[in-house]
Amino acid sequence: MEFLSYLVNGISLGSIYAIIALGYTMVYGIAKMLNFAHGDVIMVGAYIIFCAAQYWNLPPLLSLLLAMLVCTLLGITIEKLAYKPLRQATSLAVLITAIGMSYLLQNTALLIWGANPKVFPSLFDLGTISLFGGRLSVKGETLVTIAANIVIMVGLTLFTSRSRMGKAMRCVSEDRGAAELMGINVNTTISMTFAIGSALAAIAGLLLCSTYPVLQPTTGAMPGIKAFTAAVFGGIGSIPGAMLGGVLLGIIEILGKAYISTELGDAIVFAVLIIVLLVRPTGLLGKAVREKV
Amino acid sequence: MKTKKARLITNLVTYGVLTALFILLTVMIDNKTISRSLKGQLIPICCWIVMAVSLNLVVGISGELSLGHAGFMSLGAFSGIVSSGWLLNGFGMEDPTLRLVLAIVVGGVVAGVMGALIGIPVLRLRGDYLAIVTLAFGEIIKNVMNCVYVAVDGSALRFGFLKNDLPGTLLLNGPMGAVKVKAISTFAAGFVLVIFTLAVVLNLTNSRSGRAIMAARDNRIAAEAMGINITKYKMMAFVTAAVLAGMAGALYGLSMATLVPTKFSFNESINVLVFVVLGGIGNIPGSVISAAALTILPERLRFLQNSRMLAYAVLLILAMLLSNNPLMKSLWKKLIPRRREARSGEGEMRS
Repeated sequence: MEFLSYLVNGISLGSIYAIIALGYTMVYGIAKMLNFAHGDVIMVGAYIIFCAAQYWNLPPLLSLLLAMLVCTLLGITIEKLAYKPLRQATSLAVLITAIGMSYLLQNTALLIWGANPKVFPSLFDLGTISLFGGRLSVKGETLVTIAANIVIMVGLTLFTSRSRMGKAMRCVSEDRGAAELMGINVNTTISMTFAIGSALAAIAGLLLCSTYPVLQPTTGAMPGIKAFTAAVFGGIGSIPGAMLGGVLLGIIEILGKAYISTELGDAIVFAVLIIVLLVRPTGLLGKAVREKV
Repeated sequence: MKTKKARLITNLVTYGVLTALFILLTVMIDNKTISRSLKGQLIPICCWIVMAVSLNLVVGISGELSLGHAGFMSLGAFSGIVSSGWLLNGFGMEDPTLRLVLAIVVGGVVAGVMGALIGIPVLRLRGDYLAIVTLAFGEIIKNVMNCVYVAVDGSALRFGFLKNDLPGTLLLNGPMGAVKVKAISTFAAGFVLVIFTLAVVLNLTNSRSGRAIMAARDNRIAAEAMGINITKYKMMAFVTAAVLAGMAGALYGLSMATLVPTKFSFNESINVLVFVVLGGIGNIPGSVISAAALTILPERLRFLQNSRMLAYAVLLILAMLLSNNPLMKSLWKKLIPRRREARSGEGEMRS
């Protein structure tokens, strides 16, 4: 039973990683860049929800919608101001710009909300659900997180396979030049990707801070790196890969912390990543690109 | 391709300017005309210069993005601190200079051995996957160093992992890091290390091996067809950089009274990468200048108080946007007409 409860917690943490990893992987697939500022968009989203719920007394759902709106606008603005002028630049220049953007968001948050950690309010108190005659108790937040993950996964899969915009996204990530020739507006498509990724970041912010209710300007950094690892783990650029990578990473982290060592939890996660990449150099579900000579 | 003579002149100018600066700063320290804050930064500046130049060897010359360079610095710092403390407490070696030199050598060797061990799996990967694995190794090193306890008992060195039950004087105290370190680093040692690093990296890039490393960067397949052993040369660059980073780490660690393992986080690796990119990828003197300037800059921005790091972030983004602006690029070319065409193979980076 103990194992089962760790497993459920692992899936819940993994679901949060998966939702963040989706933002990384979609942007990588389309713009071929590592958006290091993504983790900080989560932090901004969490602060917006915090303010909305704590100071303006908005209902939880409305706070979430507000945060999603703000994050979407933020994501599009970042893309237009900082990344779009660098479309033709080297990928390293884009990487450094993304890191600069990450510093910018963190320090702006520091100026607005201060360095003191804020205690995130419990927005949806669902109590604890007991299973197997009380031997397994699962928190309401945990179930909501897992359910949200499944809904988002199904929604995104339908979106990318059925809708016009989703198909355009897949085209652009396959071959940007050819997509442009087919009449797809590449700039709009890229903006749309950032918008979706950032809106997901707001949801991830809510779920993350509901599970770990401490909010400070660096809150997004470590989950960001972990989710990025998850995206690579599952094969960067692949949406099911991000899901699988995120959930597996969460399970490994919780089980590793429970059964091997609490202090070495992060080291175990990264060691598993390295082993997986050595066996499958493009991640679990990544496509191997043949090199043309 | 630069001629031999032009390259010699550039290198001599680099060494000459640095030596002149060193003499000037030493005189200023003697006359006490140097500001306190700058004096305290001299050794860290030397360390970051060595870090930037060695990372440039990996990112610029060898063309592989490494996001875990601070991990090697961490290994060097803590092994340097341990060896210095061991020599002092276990063998009663008082001479600080000798201890510093030995500590730097130990730091370099430990980081180099780990660099070789990490390099074997890492260099099999490509592009972003390689980058994420170096990031992972950097995080693993940070995490593991958080759990290591080292004590010197008599003349024996005792190691503990995850729990502290060691007899004798504690040198490394897990998450508390190294405490009560005798600061023995000197600016002169830092200067020597910088010159040593430059000599190693510049001579390597101008040698047969260096040309092989750059050929492997510019076109892997063509280089392989010419009979160049890609893995060997990539390893050579990676391990050399790790050794130099370890040496810089030892110098850094022994200039502080306390040092925690979390200091060498992902953020430090990124900072060094920023030095390299702003100094010019593959441009060694550029790395020296940008590492020195960007170490001093946040201190100079102190008058901005809380918005200091905000200003740094904005400057960073603006620098990247302006240096990649087509208008600025053409303007730049007009100003310096004989400017060499992108000799660093920037376009090759993870294209």
